[in-house]
Amino acid sequence: MNIVRILFSYVIFPGFIFTAVVGLFLTWIDRKVTARIHWRVGPPWFQPYADFLKLLLKETIIPEGSSKTLFLLGPLLGLIGMSIFAVMLFNMNFNPSGSFVGDLIVIIYLLALPPIGIIIGGSASKNPLASVGASREMTQYFAYELPFLIALVSIIIKAGGSVKFGEIILAQQAQGPFLYSISGVIAGVVIFLCIQAKLSFVPFDIPEAEQEIMAGPYIEYSGVTLAIYKMTRAMMLLLLPLFLISVLWGGFANWWAILKLLLIVVLIILVKNTNPRLRIDQALKFFWIGIGALSIIGLVLAFYGL
Amino acid sequence: MRRIVPIGPYHPLQEEPEFFKLIVEGEKVVDLEINIGYNHRGHEFISQTLTWDQVPFLVERICGICSDSHPYAYVLAVEDCAHITAPPRAQYIRTIIGELERIHSHYLWLGLAGHFIGYNTVWMWVWRYREPLLDLFELIMGNRNHYAINKIGGARRDILPEDYPKIEKYLDLLEKKNAMFTNAILDDPVIRARLENVGILSKQDAIAYAVTGPTARGSGYACDVRKDDPYDAYDKVDWNMIVFEEGDVLAKAKVRLIECDESIKIVRQCLKNMPDGPIETRVDEIPPGEGIGRHEAPRGEVFHYVRSDGSNMPVRHKVRAPSFMNVASNVVAVKGYSIADAALVLAAVDPCYCCTERTFVYENGKKKYSGQDLLKLSWEKTEKIKRRYGK
Repeated sequence: MNIVRILFSYVIFPGFIFTAVVGLFLTWIDRKVTARIHWRVGPPWFQPYADFLKLLLKETIIPEGSSKTLFLLGPLLGLIGMSIFAVMLFNMNFNPSGSFVGDLIVIIYLLALPPIGIIIGGSASKNPLASVGASREMTQYFAYELPFLIALVSIIIKAGGSVKFGEIILAQQAQGPFLYSISGVIAGVVIFLCIQAKLSFVPFDIPEAEQEIMAGPYIEYSGVTLAIYKMTRAMMLLLLPLFLISVLWGGFANWWAILKLLLIVVLIILVKNTNPRLRIDQALKFFWIGIGALSIIGLVLAFYGL
Repeated sequence: MRRIVPIGPYHPLQEEPEFFKLIVEGEKVVDLEINIGYNHRGHEFISQTLTWDQVPFLVERICGICSDSHPYAYVLAVEDCAHITAPPRAQYIRTIIGELERIHSHYLWLGLAGHFIGYNTVWMWVWRYREPLLDLFELIMGNRNHYAINKIGGARRDILPEDYPKIEKYLDLLEKKNAMFTNAILDDPVIRARLENVGILSKQDAIAYAVTGPTARGSGYACDVRKDDPYDAYDKVDWNMIVFEEGDVLAKAKVRLIECDESIKIVRQCLKNMPDGPIETRVDEIPPGEGIGRHEAPRGEVFHYVRSDGSNMPVRHKVRAPSFMNVASNVVAVKGYSIADAALVLAAVDPCYCCTERTFVYENGKKKYSGQDLLKLSWEKTEKIKRRYGK
């Protein structure tokens, strides 16, 4: 019975299938809003699902001379990471005082899995453009991870030094969301920009810049493997804003969370559509100098309880 | 470690076939090899098998974007050969269409430039305001593209006085929107970060590579056929040549954006001063001799040469397209920048391969194939495929 419940939570709700379906719906919102900004009509609501099904039916080609195991491991890593992340996130939000051990450090590692999957897959593809893309992904990962971690540390300080996810949510239920303070706003801006980079959206879609390196790490992927990459990205579009809501905006165990989620997703889409792509060195400077300094200011303010 | 990053023969950056071999160390481009010639269509040869009046329809199909520039230069060349001039009204009509085409071509480039730096909103918005212009072309000439307005000794169609207000209305809209785009693009710090000081082509290099059009004017090299060697109505209207000294991608964008304003000015004056009268002179025969025609196409000078032996067909017709000159300058403009910049720099000359590649294949300075060789290669390949399938 217990095993069935665990399997259910990992595979169906809130794990793999639920996040994938809702995430693909959010990609439809992305496409529709983008289209409206562009004065286009945009696709019907079932388009992401149709695209996904079409990719599942296509042939999967593994390039000659590539490392087969690593090539196939790439897409899976991100998918596994995001499924586990989904279960932890939902468990912690709906049962924050439970005994389920879920701390922030595990989540940081789980969030690192999709970029690592992309780097592994890109490097294993034996394609010069894919390896350029993989090296860009690596640089970008190191660029945004530092301010992301500093912002999380300031949240830990605000939660009274606890790295347990449940206690962060309980602390917010007790004293109001962290977002309603100066350091909370700063952490929110920093994490928001890191989410933009984690999703590889413009201006940080540098690793897969279509016009420069033709989708970079994804260039050799086709069929099911490409579908898994796309779905992982769709799941991240749901999970990362939810993560932002749970660490800063009081958790999502209420109906208001749907509005908050939509607001953050639309903000992400707006930033995506009002900026050109940065160069990788500019992105590195942006995250390390600009956003890094901002996150340190937030950390100091959080330390003094502001 | 040196590696090759190929841009082409088919690449999402540029929809036409071309091959730029970027030799990179890490992300930095250290060298560039340009290999063009994937698009041979033998226009010059075909042109020698057609009558004088059929050729404009052929050369108009050299390129879909500047489909007014080639016939324009061709009719100027034939008129030069036959020592005739078009009646004033025809001259004004040709100038108007030439300038409207410049606007649509510059807007096409601007939209694509937005797309190349990942700013798809610019792309869609710019093309949205280019669309009414194509409708206007359809209204005046019956086609959104391939206008067929040029004819030896005049213009094929009149612009009706009742269409003037429609053109004026579009120009008013465009003037506002062009100011909006100019401000939006020049004020955006992220766009400036991507375009400024990228792909600098110095004035010396611009002259050495004989680049033309906005590529040259963005490098501080003031050359414009419309000013240097005025034809038709260009010396009867008041306008300025736009020159920027910096030579980077931003300067080329600025030249194109501000040139649209100048084009609006030219079209307005032409509409105001449009003389009445016939739109064509009768041309009975083209005497033996030769003639050249130069027109400032949106990408630079397009040059046509024709030779006549008194028959009803040209015995030689030579075309030189601006992109042929401009693309070569990429070799110096792209060196030392990153791959991300290279994509932009290669596109900044607004290359047009269907204009450029009608001739021979050169590789490393040596002629590789002539038109006949390519034809033979194609026959051989067809034979080979036939044999393989046992037919």
